[in-house]
Amino acid sequence: MELAFYLSGLVAVLATIGVITGTSPIHAVVYLIVSLIAVALVFFALGAPFAGALEIIVYAGAIMVLFVFVVMMLNLRSDTRGDQPWLHPRHWLGPSLLALVLLGALVALLAQGSVDRVIEGELLTARSVALTLFGPWLMVVELSAILLLAALVTASHVGRRNNPVQNRNRGGNQ
Amino acid sequence: MNGIPMEHGLILASVLFSLGLAGLMLRRNMLFVLMSLEVMLNSAALAFVVGSTAWNQPDGQAMFLLVITLAAAEASVGLALMIQLYQRFHSLNLDAASRMRG
Repeated sequence: MELAFYLSGLVAVLATIGVITGTSPIHAVVYLIVSLIAVALVFFALGAPFAGALEIIVYAGAIMVLFVFVVMMLNLRSDTRGDQPWLHPRHWLGPSLLALVLLGALVALLAQGSVDRVIEGELLTARSVALTLFGPWLMVVELSAILLLAALVTASHVGRRNNPVQNRNRGGNQ
Repeated sequence: MNGIPMEHGLILASVLFSLGLAGLMLRRNMLFVLMSLEVMLNSAALAFVVGSTAWNQPDGQAMFLLVITLAAAEASVGLALMIQLYQRFHSLNLDAASRMRG
């Protein structure tokens, strides 16, 4: 269990580095899929199989397939115009330094804390999660349903092929 | 070695979050910006699951489900915006959209 945790954590970090430094869009998407599957294995190692299965099904299976479809639809090539200058150290040094300082602060805070919890890997089954979700958390479930509806309406409105502003000017009131 | 200390899981989540933040700041391509956002949301979900398994309470996993819902909503709206950006500017460079036009 410990070996699986540390190995898949290492794979997740390396694949994420591949995502943020990649130049080819489809390679970056595949790196991100690898990273998500590694995080799902971390979930399995921690003893949360329901979360791991959902991570694979929803993240790697649905969201990333959406990314792959959009990359295919737009026929993106790997030249990424305007994204070349970031290869110069002057451009990536500042953001990396800021992120590194933030990471150092987080790790220092975690090292100072005295939680002293050890994850034994006891299984948290889907049954207990579902009883929590549809018991005390029922209102949040309905709020997330509203969020999904809003996202559906927004995506279908924004993603239209023709410009709504031009349409309004051309079509008058209909 | 017996069990995983909770700090290691949280440190993994913070490393992933920092990587996503660095990617968000240094990339100009909208596809990479959206993927960095996904990485950051995913690391927050990982922190929730680590807390849930450390205390053996299912509340963290319920929160994980909500984070996944939020990520799906964010990805769909972001990809629709990305398609609009590509149709108007024929490029995914976010600097091309720095001017607002009515």
